[in-house]
Amino acid sequence: MKARMELVCPAGTPATLRAAVQAGADAVYCGFRDETNARNFPGLNFSPNELAEGVRFAHDHGSKVLVAINTFARVDDVDIWKKAADAAVKSGADAIIAADFAVLDHVARNHKQIRLHLSVQAAAATPEAIGFYAAHFGIRRVVLPRILSLQEIAALNRAIGVETEAFVFGGLCVMIEGRCYLSSYATGKSPNLNGVCSPPEMVSYDEEPSGTTARLSGFTIDRYARGQPVGYPTLCKGKFKAGGKTSHLFEDPVSLNAGGMIAGLKAAGVTALKIEGRQRGKGYVSEVVRAFRKAVDAVEQGGDAVDIDRLLAGQSEGARQTAGAYEKKWR
Amino acid sequence: MSQIAPTEIALPEIAPPEIALTLGPVFFHWSADRLLDFYRRIADEAPIERVHVGEVVCGKRMPFSDPVWPAVIERLERGGKQVVLSTLAAPATVRERKGLEDICGDERLVEINDVSGLPSRSGKIFVTGPFLNVYNEASARFLIQLGARTICPPVELSFAAIGAMSLKCPEAEFEIFAFGRLPLALSGRCYHARIHGLHKDSCQFTCERDPDGLAVDTLDDQQFLAVNGVQTLSNQVQAFCPAPDALASKAIRRLRLSPQACDMVEAARIYRRLADGRDEPEDARFSLSCLDLPGTLVDGYAYAKPGWQVTVTA
Repeated sequence: MKARMELVCPAGTPATLRAAVQAGADAVYCGFRDETNARNFPGLNFSPNELAEGVRFAHDHGSKVLVAINTFARVDDVDIWKKAADAAVKSGADAIIAADFAVLDHVARNHKQIRLHLSVQAAAATPEAIGFYAAHFGIRRVVLPRILSLQEIAALNRAIGVETEAFVFGGLCVMIEGRCYLSSYATGKSPNLNGVCSPPEMVSYDEEPSGTTARLSGFTIDRYARGQPVGYPTLCKGKFKAGGKTSHLFEDPVSLNAGGMIAGLKAAGVTALKIEGRQRGKGYVSEVVRAFRKAVDAVEQGGDAVDIDRLLAGQSEGARQTAGAYEKKWR
Repeated sequence: MSQIAPTEIALPEIAPPEIALTLGPVFFHWSADRLLDFYRRIADEAPIERVHVGEVVCGKRMPFSDPVWPAVIERLERGGKQVVLSTLAAPATVRERKGLEDICGDERLVEINDVSGLPSRSGKIFVTGPFLNVYNEASARFLIQLGARTICPPVELSFAAIGAMSLKCPEAEFEIFAFGRLPLALSGRCYHARIHGLHKDSCQFTCERDPDGLAVDTLDDQQFLAVNGVQTLSNQVQAFCPAPDALASKAIRRLRLSPQACDMVEAARIYRRLADGRDEPEDARFSLSCLDLPGTLVDGYAYAKPGWQVTVTA
C-alpha cells in the first residue's frame, strides 16, 4: 500500500495559511514579501516573523510549511536570496522550494537539516535532470513541469529516487515554467527576474466602439464584445492572428482542473498534489482546499470517480477548465 | 556532492580576435538541402570563428537533419571554424535523451541547453546556451566547476547584468545573444500543429513552411511574436550593436548571431566590422536594417528594458 498523497496548498497571507490548514491542507506553501518568490505581488506574502508564526500554527495543527524561494537571484544581489533561505530555515519551516543553482547550492551546503524541493521553475522533466539535482543538492522532491502526461509521470517515477509533486488545480502555464520570457519581452518584468508575469501595472482596459480591449504594455491581448465578461490579459492566454487565423493560439483562457486525475496521479506514483494560487483570497483557498481534501480522501479510500467529480464541481468560478498536459491530446 | 575536475580537451587552434563571433544553432526546421547550402557558405565566406550545429527545438525534426551533420561539420572544420554541437532545449523521449547522452560524449565542444545534459557532460568542457538559466555569478561558478567555459545567458538579461557576471567569473567567456529573433519560450504543445488543426504527435511538420518562424500579430495588427513548432520567438529581430570598448570594459569577448533566413554571411560581415572597430554601432545598425529580415530591429533587453523596445534607431 502506497503512502497517502499529500495535499499542498497555497497561502499568500497569514490568514490564508490558517484557512488552508483548517480546511485540511497537509502542507502549505508560501513566500517572503520580496522578489525571491514567484508570486511577488503587492499586499501578498510573509515577513520572517509572520512566517515563524505561520509555521507554529501549521505545526500545532499537524500541517507542514514549504517556503518558495524560487526566482533566479539577481547578479550582485545573491545574498538577498541566501538570506531568505536562512530566514526560512530559522522559521522552522519544513522545506525550501528553489530553482536557482545559487539558492540550491547555498541551502545544500549550509542547511543540511532542511528538505529541498525543486521548484517547477527549474523545469526538470527527465531522470537525468532530476538525478543531477538530487546528486548535487540532495533534493527530496521535484515539482513536475506541467508538460508531462500521466504515462510519462509514471515512467519518470519509476526512474527517479525522489518524490514528485504535481499541479492539480488553478492557473495553468502553457509554456515550460522558468524558461518563458514572454512577459519581460512585452513589459520588462518576468517570473524569473521579478517573480511576476503580465504585471497589473502594465494592463489597460480600453473602451472602444467594438467593445473592451485588454492590453498589456500597449499590445492588444484580447477584445470583448459589450456585455461579455472581460478577462485578465495574461499574455499566453491572449487572442492573436497567425497563419491567416485568429485564435487563442497558445492556450484558451482556461484554468487547470485535474481533479478527475487524482486516482491516475496516485497510480503514477505521485507523492503530493499541488493547488496553484498564492494570489488568491482566503475564502477561495478555503473552499478549494476543502473540496480537494474530500476528493483526495475519497481516492485514498478507493472511492468512485463520479462521486469525486461531484465533490469538485462548482470549483471553476464559471471559467473553462482543462486537465492540461496530463491528457496527451493537449499537445 | 562530488566535483570532477574538468579535463581540458583538444580543440582546434584558432587565434581568436579580440571579440569573437559565434553562429548559434538554427532554430527553424530547414530542409537538409537548405542546411547544407547554408553551412557551405558559412564555412567558405563568413568571418565567424565558432559555429553551432544541431537541432535544439524539436526532437521530431532530428531524423531529417541528423544525416547532414557529418558533412556539415567536416566542411566547417575544413573552413577553419570551431564546431559546437548544440543539444535539445527540452529533451523528453527515450530517443532524445539517448541522443543527448551520445552528443555529450563527443570530443568536440558541446552546448548544453537543459540540465538533462549536465550529468553526461560534467568533467568535460562545455558551452551553456540561452535556454539554461544562468542569472548570477553564483550559478555561473557552479557551472564553471562542472566544465562550463562559455556561458550565453538567457536573452532577458541585460548587458549590465551579463557584464557584472563576466567580471566576477574570469574563468568563463560570456557570450551575448546579439542578433536574430529572440527565443522567448518553449512549450510541450506545438503551435504550428495547433494552428493547422493537428496534434504534436501527428504534426506533419508544417513548421517547415516558415523558415523564419510564423508571425503572430495582435488583433490590432501589431507585430509581436513568432512561433516555430514548440518554440515562441519575438517577431522583432534583436540587433545589439555594442562598441567594442563597451564589450571590453566588461571582459565580454563573444557575440552570438542566431541564424535567420536572411543573408547571414552579410550579417556576420557587419558584426565583424563592428567588433573590429571599423564600423560605428549606428553604421552596423543601418547595415543590418538593410537585410531581408522578418521583423524590425530591437535591443531593449540589452538595456534592461522590455525586449521589444528600441533604444537607438538605425
